[in-house]
Amino acid sequence: MDKEEILEILQVVKDPEIPNLSIVDLGVITGIEIENKNLKIILTPTFSGCPALKVMEEDIKSAIKDLPFENKEVSVSYDTQWSSNLISERGRKILKESGFAPPPHINGLVQIDIFKKVKCPFCESDNTNMQTPFGPTLCRAIHYCNNCKQAFEQFKPV
Amino acid sequence: MSSQTEIYSDYKELNEEQLKGVKDLIFKMADDELILGHRNSEWTGLGPILEEDIAFSSMAQDKLGQAQALYLLLNQMDEKDPDTLAFTRNENEYKCCHFVEYPIGEYDFSLMRHFLFDAAEALRYNSLINSSFAPLANLAKKFRGEIRYHTLHSEVWIDQLSKATEESKARMQTSLNECMPLALGIFEPSEYDELLMNSGVFTGEENLKSGWYEHIQFVLQNAGLKVPELSEIIPSFGGRKGYHTEYLKPLLDEMCEVYRIDPEAEW
Repeated sequence: MDKEEILEILQVVKDPEIPNLSIVDLGVITGIEIENKNLKIILTPTFSGCPALKVMEEDIKSAIKDLPFENKEVSVSYDTQWSSNLISERGRKILKESGFAPPPHINGLVQIDIFKKVKCPFCESDNTNMQTPFGPTLCRAIHYCNNCKQAFEQFKPV
Repeated sequence: MSSQTEIYSDYKELNEEQLKGVKDLIFKMADDELILGHRNSEWTGLGPILEEDIAFSSMAQDKLGQAQALYLLLNQMDEKDPDTLAFTRNENEYKCCHFVEYPIGEYDFSLMRHFLFDAAEALRYNSLINSSFAPLANLAKKFRGEIRYHTLHSEVWIDQLSKATEESKARMQTSLNECMPLALGIFEPSEYDELLMNSGVFTGEENLKSGWYEHIQFVLQNAGLKVPELSEIIPSFGGRKGYHTEYLKPLLDEMCEVYRIDPEAEW
């Protein structure tokens, strides 16, 4: 088996908080090491304080348990740091379909302007305001759409 | 930071003194995150408005996550596991500064502490991304994006409240005056500072303090507050050496209560 096939298998493991979004499209798989009969999958958290990390780790273990390797290991590492830029194009599409505004690509640290005029995932209007950068989970900010008059969440750029 | 280019990709490449210095640095950072994370979490359910309740709770969660990652790094350097480090040490083994130990007080105190502490933290991690100790540089790269949200949050509120009403302005000034000696305790000199600077691991507390003072002066003066002169303040030192305020022990008793009842509990 090669890395591509492993990535395909890992598509079944979803973000516990956004059930349509796979962890591969989320961008948290930062390494797949195949050496002889050994498989090592490297996982990194979106935010350091993300409580879903442990769940993802367990879900990966059960997704790979029947694969033909003698040793299978899932390891958490910060050597490659997650950024919202690592969310795949498919991931961004799924976020939008799930009612979340996808994060814009960023260069370096976020600037306050990035929170203005975020496009509403429901009606596409950019007549919106950020209410608070801290939402129901660490990775989501709350915005309000003045056009369709409803609140929506944005997956935070980081 | 020294100009030498050696990179330590593993702690085993550090000599004995460097290793002590690096651990001392990581312990104080981790303990600050843990204790202030706990304090910030005390706002959950009590915030003056819903958004602030959630903001302080989220920032608390970030800080605990960062503490855990730092304790995990210590664990990979032959220290005990993160839970054991967080919950079983004696009070004098914690290296947090006095600033993070103080009770949350009124909202103005917590907000001013959040501003002054997170400004220092942002500068600390910005500097550590260039650390010669690669595992710490990697964590710094991770954390600074998260902390960016904290500093944006604090700077907006400091500015708004310092310019709002007579009462809010007076409260912000009083909090600032109260916080400054405690905030300077963040930068308590360490016997390892010079060694860490020479090894390219860390820029040292004194350098950090200068950059911090310049930054907070800029923000606070723009907000119309009077920033106390450094020469007029007696810093609250001792925390980094294990001498703490009367507030730490009760906090630890509460924080560690469940762990002490059943260290083996599965969550």
